[in-house]
Amino acid sequence: MKCSNWEKMKNAFVATIPVMAGYIVLGIGFGMVLRTRDYGVLWALAMSVFIYAGSMQYVAIDLLTGGVSLITAALTTLAVNARHLFYSISMIDKYRNQKKKPFLIFGLTDETYSLVCSDAAEKSKDSSSYYFLVTLFDYLYWITGSVIGSLLGSLLPFRTEGIDFALTALFLTVFVEQWLTSKNHLAAIIGVVSSVICLLIFGSDHFLIPAMLLITLLLTLMRNKEGITNE
Amino acid sequence: MNNMHAILLIAVISAVTMLLRFLPFWIFGNNRETPKFINYLGKVLPYAIMGMLVVFCLKGVSLLASPHGLPELISCAVVVVLHIWKRNTPLSIVCGTVCYMLLVQLVF
Repeated sequence: MKCSNWEKMKNAFVATIPVMAGYIVLGIGFGMVLRTRDYGVLWALAMSVFIYAGSMQYVAIDLLTGGVSLITAALTTLAVNARHLFYSISMIDKYRNQKKKPFLIFGLTDETYSLVCSDAAEKSKDSSSYYFLVTLFDYLYWITGSVIGSLLGSLLPFRTEGIDFALTALFLTVFVEQWLTSKNHLAAIIGVVSSVICLLIFGSDHFLIPAMLLITLLLTLMRNKEGITNE
Repeated sequence: MNNMHAILLIAVISAVTMLLRFLPFWIFGNNRETPKFINYLGKVLPYAIMGMLVVFCLKGVSLLASPHGLPELISCAVVVVLHIWKRNTPLSIVCGTVCYMLLVQLVF
């Protein structure tokens, strides 16, 4: 029994290694920037523990130092994090009977989603503990990174420039894997093409929400196309 | 900027983030049967959203200014080719990332 628990931990850990690289680096970056605005380690810790949303926390640094109104903060968060609605919708069935469901939902970030939505997660022998451990590990990496960044400031001895590409590589790998294991690529193509079109029209700061609307619209129109769900 | 307002801001940002993550579960999670349409979205969205996230990660790349997105293009190609060839997720990610770091630190 001990051995199999050990194995579960090991499998989940191996799966989260790319997220570890990305989260620790991005977390360190977050902690460092926050420190330069005179918000120390307790602020970094509190934000990572309670907000736990990478890109939103970077945006939040500006909201904090700009002293914006609570309404502005709420609307900005809605805009930046609306994509999380999608992650939850696609995990409703898989998380339906999970014991630690509230924690799994709390920790459903982009990166954790990319690990738990894959078929590999479902096919692993004990998907419940895989979901939980992956979510927990990712959460700890992010908190650890932001605390380290806040404490060390700019004293880190090695050049990490470019290491955040690990997250791009992670999403791309999942995308390729999904492509190779599915017959129908319509949904994948809709995702890429809609995003690129909206990026060109609305620019890099404002394209996410239009892209999500366009994706939903196109997928809705195609819902009777045979084979689109790959089942 | 006083600390109380900063704490309230963090509370609001946290609450809205959690609302977005929990809302679909509150609305559809307790029904015995998830509506067909939501079920359908749940099945096709992962494919589409992963494509969106890749574009999201690359959104800052400028094709017009030097180095014209070459580090990203090369590293993404490494990831894709290596993954099709070996089907080993950690290997694809590590090689792609090391390739990108070498390119941006030493070459471009």
